[in-house]
Amino acid sequence: MASDAMEVHTYESEHLATSTGLPNIKLAMWLFLASDCMLFGALISTYVLYRGASVVGPYPNDVFDIPYTSVSSFVLLASSLTMVLALAALQRGDVGRSRVWLLATALLGMTFVGGQVYEFTTFAHEELTLTTNLFSTSFYVLTGFHGTHVAIGILMLLTLLTFSFAGRLGPEKAETVEMVGLYWHFVDIVWIVIFTVVYLIPTGNPA
Amino acid sequence: MSEAERATELSSQAGPGAAPGLHPGSGHVARHPTPKEYVRIAIILAIITAAEVAIYYIEAIEDLLIPLLFLFALIKFTLVVLWFMHLKFDSRTYARFFMMGLAGAITLFLIVLLTFRVFAG
Repeated sequence: MASDAMEVHTYESEHLATSTGLPNIKLAMWLFLASDCMLFGALISTYVLYRGASVVGPYPNDVFDIPYTSVSSFVLLASSLTMVLALAALQRGDVGRSRVWLLATALLGMTFVGGQVYEFTTFAHEELTLTTNLFSTSFYVLTGFHGTHVAIGILMLLTLLTFSFAGRLGPEKAETVEMVGLYWHFVDIVWIVIFTVVYLIPTGNPA
Repeated sequence: MSEAERATELSSQAGPGAAPGLHPGSGHVARHPTPKEYVRIAIILAIITAAEVAIYYIEAIEDLLIPLLFLFALIKFTLVVLWFMHLKFDSRTYARFFMMGLAGAITLFLIVLLTFRVFAG
């Protein structure tokens, strides 16, 4: 990408001078995301260990609907785009457009979570519940934790929208939106890994 | 010493990890891509996702499926982290923090799978 295509945004952040020269809130957010990497690393490892170890069905190949989950993946990727557009709009001082993009991000997030609830309901009707087998336990815990992260992100986005409509989310608060954005994109990259490891990499049914 | 001068001094003390222009008098200067570039990255991500789903159904490349899926996931992961999360443009300190967590997660993953001989089938 050409460097001249970059925009330079300047905004007054709220933090005071720090010993690192960097905003503490942003360092703390990256540290939190690093720790969350470990959490999902543990959950994904557990899933990979157990997904082919069930002695009774249903097994992954019996229940997964790849086209349906692919649409969910596109929805979450689209929400990452709307999130960065919301931040870019606020940094430009375009508060109205930032509201539109924040709302779009929240709606896309709700669509994703709604899709996950529908998927879990469908699996439950196919006799795959949390305690059915090792695959189901590790699958529900992993994707459930991810879904909870998305739901928390939606709450953050709705809070930002509330502040925006109250006139308390101007360009000077762009750093706050950036922090929520970092969290939201993290949820997206975790899904990138889950979509590949859980859904797309095939698991043979035990003989 | 004024607050702005002190902040500039602190910024210069931050070392090579700090992005230039950060933190002048608590003013935060960051270079971010334009909306058009964000859209371009999103289109690339969508194309890669479509490719992932497509190769899932192609039996002819069954042997290459897992390496290709990991490659595509790695590209998508990197694009989101570098562009949408701005690690390409922000201070390297943030990248170091994140890489620390990521390295920990990958190490944990490998230890668990090697301990339980998952790779041995």
